[in-house]
Amino acid sequence: MIPVLKVIAPGFHTTIQDQGRRGFQHVGVPVSGALDRNGHILANALVENPLGAACLEIIGSGPEFEVVASSVRIGLVGSGGGLQIIGRGGPLVPSGQSARLTKSEVVRVRLSGDAFCSYLAIEAGFDVPLCLASRSTYTRAGFGGLSGRSLQSGDMLHGYADDVARRDEVTFSEPRSLGLDQAIRVVLGPQDDYFTAAAIEDFLHGIYSITSASDRMGFRLAGPQLAHQSDYNIVSDGIVAGSIQVPGSKLPIVLMADAQTTGGYPKIATVISADLPVLGVRGAGRSVRFESVSREQAETIRRAEHRRLMNVIREIRPVNARGISLEALYHQNLIDGIVDANV
Amino acid sequence: MVDFRILKAADSALVIEFGAAIDRKTSERVLALAETLTNAGLPGTTEIVATFRSLIVNYDSLLTTGRELEQAITALVKQSGASSQVRQLWKIPVCYDPAYAPDIAEVAKTVGLTVAEVAALHAGTQYHVYMIGFIPGYPYMGDLPAKLRLPRRLDPRTRVPPGSLAIATSMTAVYPHESPGGWHLIGTSPVRFFDPESAKGALLGPGDAVKFHSVTADEFSSIQLAVERHEYVPDSTEIAA
Repeated sequence: MIPVLKVIAPGFHTTIQDQGRRGFQHVGVPVSGALDRNGHILANALVENPLGAACLEIIGSGPEFEVVASSVRIGLVGSGGGLQIIGRGGPLVPSGQSARLTKSEVVRVRLSGDAFCSYLAIEAGFDVPLCLASRSTYTRAGFGGLSGRSLQSGDMLHGYADDVARRDEVTFSEPRSLGLDQAIRVVLGPQDDYFTAAAIEDFLHGIYSITSASDRMGFRLAGPQLAHQSDYNIVSDGIVAGSIQVPGSKLPIVLMADAQTTGGYPKIATVISADLPVLGVRGAGRSVRFESVSREQAETIRRAEHRRLMNVIREIRPVNARGISLEALYHQNLIDGIVDANV
Repeated sequence: MVDFRILKAADSALVIEFGAAIDRKTSERVLALAETLTNAGLPGTTEIVATFRSLIVNYDSLLTTGRELEQAITALVKQSGASSQVRQLWKIPVCYDPAYAPDIAEVAKTVGLTVAEVAALHAGTQYHVYMIGFIPGYPYMGDLPAKLRLPRRLDPRTRVPPGSLAIATSMTAVYPHESPGGWHLIGTSPVRFFDPESAKGALLGPGDAVKFHSVTADEFSSIQLAVERHEYVPDSTEIAA
């Protein structure tokens, strides 16, 4: 347990998350983990961590930390904002670029407001005890992460290294698109037969907005009401992240990372796994429209999306002293005649 | 005989459903299949969760496809017999004293029994754990004696204290943590039903059996103290499925 960052200001809702807690849903324990699994992976990749290492998930407003280790390397992914290193002056270290900070420096996470959640990784990862095989925080029942809760002022965050080597800092070759206008793809069911044909039409053609009563457990949507054929209760059955349940209010709720494991409302559709991170970065006030695909299409999209993500990681490249990426210049054939065989 | 169906939860999970009834026979089929699938270890499956009349099989669509899994599971449903898993019968202390049971007097009045009779009837029945859900470690246990079956409360509580023993419809449960809840509270158990520091997380699992026994307020306090010191585990014996 090596002290690395001291929390000066916690931000609105900052929690430790990893890729989720698997193997305990049969005793009612939600999976939890990052709302935006891709953002979480990319933050880890920026600081050369194992991709499942625990990161901070930042929602609402950015925290502020004092570095207490000899040095630390930080990577922020998600929002278009960046890291403001107090006292250093100069521009923000942009989101999507690693930075090495030294003891006593103070760093403030500045969010630009485009992504609902952002991820901050430190090199070698945050050190919190494993709880039911995961480091993810589940605040509703108060376990996992740092004492089962969101960060508070004065908390100490521990890591696995007191000092990190100097090396070229790195960045992504392309800015990350959040896909805020992209349709969220779903596979109808498991209980689409509980709804009228008109309700299915309205669901697929309507525009919904994410209400402020949304959190890590579920995004509540406002928009066209969806009529049940008769009953809106089913015998409780299993739920996954992405299940879209429609209770008696006739308004859909998309269950997210902290989804309860079982539920008694019919589920009109399920968000495909590749689009869960796309939905996860949209917060209250954003709009959502749904598009129906087959399960086979969902699986094809997932594989393509995974290849794309791995490619983004492979193309992480150094930033030179002036903050200009050499790799980007190579890419655009501005220097020499280097041809990338992968292009 | 095809009396099950497989539903899709996009490319994340399959739901294998045996009708729409909540009964022991259906539950035993669900539990037997959960055991068969766990033992089969189908590639790409990540978690299997048994519920009242169905089970949900989570998978990673980078490692397998829904179609492949459907075929493998369909073959296994046809082979799946009775569950051979050893089950635990747990003996759980409960204080039914009205000071620990805010709704017991009202329940007694509604069903036309005395408070003591409600307690005796509830404690005189052995329950089957159908599933765990709603909140971590929350066991849905049945079946309540017909006399004690009531609909949920009209005004759900925003805060039900941890350890509360509750009844509604044909089910009984214990709230492992403070939570909102709409069931009738007829007792409190000093036992810890969910402990994230433990390896299993929850005391009870689907398929377990539970028998409650009445303790006095004094006994409740001494058990509670022992639970806090991690010196108390409720009695359990192995029973056949």
